[in-house]
Order: sequence, then C-alpha cells, then structure tokens
Amino acid sequence: MGPYLLRRILIALPSLLGISAVLFTVLALAPGDPFEELATNPNVPAEVKQMLRAKFGLDDPVWQRYFRWLAAMLQGDWGYSFISRVDVDQLILQRVPVTLAVIGASQVVALLVALPIGIISAVRPYSWFDRIFSTLAFIGFSLPTFFTGILLILLFSITLDWLPFVYRADIAATGWEWWWLHIKQSLMPVMVLGLFQGASWMRYVRSAVLDVIKLDYVTTARSKGLRERVVIMKHVVRNALIPVVTLVALTMPAVFGGAIVTEQIFRIPGIGSLLIDAILRNDTPVIMAVTFVFSCLVILFNLIADLLYGWLDPRISFR
Amino acid sequence: MAGSTPVSVSAEPPSPLGGPGGVPAARGARITGTSPWAEAWRRFRRHKMAVLSLVLLLLMVALVFLGPLVWRVPINDIDFTARLATPSWKHPMGTDDLGQDIFARMLYGGRISIAVGLAAMTMAIFVGVLIGAIAGISRGWIDTALMWLTDLFLSLPQLPLLLLVIYLFRDSLKAAFGVEMGVFILIVLVIGGFRWMPVARLVRAQFFSLREKEFVEAARALGASVPRQVLRHILPNSLGPVIVAGTIDVAAAIIAESTLSFLGLGFPPDIPTWGRILFDSKDYLDIAPHWALFPGLAIFLTVLTINFIGDGLRDALDPRKVM
Repeated sequence: MGPYLLRRILIALPSLLGISAVLFTVLALAPGDPFEELATNPNVPAEVKQMLRAKFGLDDPVWQRYFRWLAAMLQGDWGYSFISRVDVDQLILQRVPVTLAVIGASQVVALLVALPIGIISAVRPYSWFDRIFSTLAFIGFSLPTFFTGILLILLFSITLDWLPFVYRADIAATGWEWWWLHIKQSLMPVMVLGLFQGASWMRYVRSAVLDVIKLDYVTTARSKGLRERVVIMKHVVRNALIPVVTLVALTMPAVFGGAIVTEQIFRIPGIGSLLIDAILRNDTPVIMAVTFVFSCLVILFNLIADLLYGWLDPRISFR
Repeated sequence: MAGSTPVSVSAEPPSPLGGPGGVPAARGARITGTSPWAEAWRRFRRHKMAVLSLVLLLLMVALVFLGPLVWRVPINDIDFTARLATPSWKHPMGTDDLGQDIFARMLYGGRISIAVGLAAMTMAIFVGVLIGAIAGISRGWIDTALMWLTDLFLSLPQLPLLLLVIYLFRDSLKAAFGVEMGVFILIVLVIGGFRWMPVARLVRAQFFSLREKEFVEAARALGASVPRQVLRHILPNSLGPVIVAGTIDVAAAIIAESTLSFLGLGFPPDIPTWGRILFDSKDYLDIAPHWALFPGLAIFLTVLTINFIGDGLRDALDPRKVM
C-alpha cells in the first residue's frame, strides 16, 4: 500500500501544478489590473506607481510571475484581503473546518442513502421498491440544490418553525446543548447536499451491482451454499463498488459546487460563502486563494478515492 | 413514422392482420421501411416517462415562446399597489416586491434559460467532439496530451472557477457586447467550456472501437482519406452516445446558469432569468412563497423532463444498453 500511495501522490502533484497554471492563466488573461486600487487613487503619483510595479515585478514576463506566485503560495504567503485587511490564509483557515464538516457529514448521508437503496434495487430489479426509488432518485438529482434548500426552509423554518435557517457559528452554549444546537442548524444544509449526492450515487450503485450480479463467480458462490446475505455483501458489493468509487471521485468537483450554493443559502460561514462575498466585493487575493483551496480539496478527495480503490481492488496497488 | 408501424405490429400477435397474405406484406415493410431513426423512435416510445416528458417539455417551450404573443404584460411594469400579490386572474403567478408580473418575467426568463442551455450544449458538444475525435484518430502522444488535459479539466472545481472567470471577465465583455449579450456570451462560453470533457471521452472511446471495424477498414482500403473516414464513416456512427450526453448537458447548463443567477453573479437584475427571480425572491420567503415556488418549479420541471428524455434517448440510441 505504501508505494502505491506514494505513486498516487506523485501523480496528483502534476495535476495540482496544472490547476495552478490554469488559475494563473485565467488571472493573467483577465483585463484590468490587480493594482487598480492604486491606479484609480489620484493621491499616488505616477513615479510611485511605476516603482511599485517594478518592485512587485508586474512588468516581468508571465512565466516569471507564475513561478513567483507559485513559490509564494507554497510558502503560505497568500497575501492579505483587500477588504478586511487580514491575512488570507488565516481567513481561510478559520472557515475551512465548517466547510469540511458540512461536506463530510453530507457525504456520509449520501452513502447511507445510496448504498442500501442501490443494492436492494439491483437485487430486485423492476420490483415496486426499485421503481419507486428509481423515480425518486431521478427527481432527487433533477432538483437543483438551491431550490431544495429554499423548499426545506419554507417547510421546516417558516411553516413548521422547527429548524433555524441561518447558521450561527458563535453559539454560546456548552456540552450537550452546544452539540444539539449545532446538529439542529446543520441538519438542513447536510440533507440538501447529501440527498442530492445520494440520488445520483444510488443510480451508480444500482447499475454497478446489476453489472456484477449475473457473473459466474456469484453463481458459484451461491451454489457453494453460501447464504444470500454473504453472497451479496462479500462477493457482489465489494466488486461492484470499484466502478462506483471512480464515479464518486469524478463527482467531487460538483459536490464542492453544491457546497458553495448551500453555504450561501443557509449563510454558513465556510469558504464557499467567503468566495461569494469576496467576488461581490472585488477581493481578488481571497478569490484566488479560495479557488486554489477548492482545487486542493478536490485533489485530496481524489487521493482518498484512490486509497479506497486500492483497498477494494488489491490488484491495483500491486501493479 | 409509417415505417415503424409494421414493426411494432409484428412485435404483437399478428391476429389483426387476419388472412395469410398480411404477414408477408408486413415483413416486406420491415425490410424496406425501417430507417435507423425510425427504429430509434420505436425504442424511444417504449419509455413511457420519456414520451410524457417530451410532450411536457414541448408544451413548456411553446408556452415560453408563444406566450408573450398572448400575455402582453411588460416584464418591468412597476405597480406598487399590487406589491407581492398572490396568484390571481390578473397576475397568474402573482407579483414581486415591485409589483411586476411574475408570469411575464417567467416567460422571458424561460426563453433565456432555454437559449443558454442549447447554446452551451452546442459549445460543449463541438469542443468535446473535436478533442475526442482528434485524440481518437491520432492516438500516440497527441492522444495522451489531450486526455491529460481532459482529466485536468475534470478535476477542476467547476463552480469556483466559473465564478472566478465571470468575476474577471464580466466588465470587459459587457463593454464589448452590451449588458445582455455580454453576459449571455460569457455564461455560454464558460458553461460550455467546462462541460466538454465527458463528450470528449465518449467520442474518443467510440473512435477507438469504430476505427477497427470492417466498414472503416473497407473505406480505408478503397483509398478514403483520413478526414473522409472520420466525417463520413466514423463520426456519424459515434453520434448516439453524444446525443444522449448533449441532452443531459442542456439540463446541466440550465442548472449552471440558474445557479450563477441565484448566487447573484449571472444575469443582471433587469434580465429576469429563472435563477435570478429565485435569487430576488429569497428574502421574501416568509411573506411571498409563491414568488420562489414558480421559478423553482419551472427549473425543476425543465431539468426533470430533459433528464427523462435523455434516459429515453439512451434506450433508443445506445445499443449497449438495450435490454
């Protein structure tokens, strides 16, 4: 497993570089000047402007600027926010845990929904259970997250008044009450994200299990006299999950997109809402850094998927 | 669909044909009259939900495009006496906080949503087919490089990047093409530019298997040039999965546009797309829920019907999936 993990990390590094190159290209191609703040300020004389440009190397060739930017990013020097005058890395570090908690919890919900329902649907294809849940899954992933969020707020916050619809980071309670309030306020965002993911994963699980369940080795396992439960859980599901892991890894970027929308609806103070705020206030350093963090998170989750892949199919880690 | 009728009859017991003469006639029609498209339509019709969705979607499209001819209320007619009115005969979907008629705004927004969906899909398909075809026909290092690019794009976090690109390029495109057109071009380019990867992979896989098939080999033996092999023989045969992917892409583009507008970063407030109406309505959820429900339902129904149609097209066009 060790060498396999090392190999995957070595493969992930070039894509991280590629993503940083894409990000920097977009920024470099963009019209306008990162120093617009100074350029529009009449109190700054032209010579000072020139000196500042030379000092920060804004007139150097693009590739030099790229490597300087990359080196700064790698050393943790992410600049400071134009708006709040705080270092960007601190701003992001404050907010990443919330985002990761919401995303993590929603992935668990998605798995808890997708795995059992997908497996049961595939074991009994075209039964009433399969029909009902296939239709529900179709509805589930056709409902955009922003609309589900609004529907849940309408139902649980406004009509029933059970759950708060604004997420508060500064809850002044301790012990069980702190946990209870946190669970109460994260319930809706986690459900919005989790059910959306669960609906599309359920279809993957179902079709993957259907592909495997008719294979000869499953028949062999049955004819050995193994109980149906063992056949399904040990022989079918483990092999069916291999393609599912790939597909789940491919949907990770979409998960982060959904997280941005959900954070915006429920006003969760995560990096998604930080990004939106920064865009609305033209805070370029924060925008670049958050986009970069999102890219890193996608690659991190892809690495986790690779690890799962190696565990599910040991042949891969020996290759 | 005259050609397909005998086929579906022969799939059922041939009793309505009566005499023995009916059967050969039906068989003759089957041999001469079933084009691949008629065959695909026959398979598509078996998917009940897909047919229902097609009818529903066509109805919605007709309403959105023909509705303004009948419903002549302007989209920006401000009327403070009818603020946040609930649905009535005068305002079938109620009014918003400025007393503007939501139904008229929905009709307008629907046209934009559909236009964005179709244009972004065209863009995604064009880029995807181009890259997939080049990778599939040239193989070697070009293929490796293009697939690395595809994988790189697949692992990009799309929504943050969409937002970044829109943030950086919004103003200059607005200046170049006007507010409405500039935002439209930007959104179509960006959504299309981030959705071509699955198509490229599909096309490449199709090219890999098709270029070894006998009919392509025959064309090659007859001296067909590479562009002719691609355009006349390989590409038309690889279009089935591409059409399916393209259908799903329309839905994805509509969701992407609505998401951008919902975040307040898509079309400006005077251009009421469905996502924008939803964005405007979300501060009035407690007093005017109808304002949010109608655009949300419209997006949901459009996406749902397009997804069902895609599912039906997969049954119809993708031979591997036919049971």
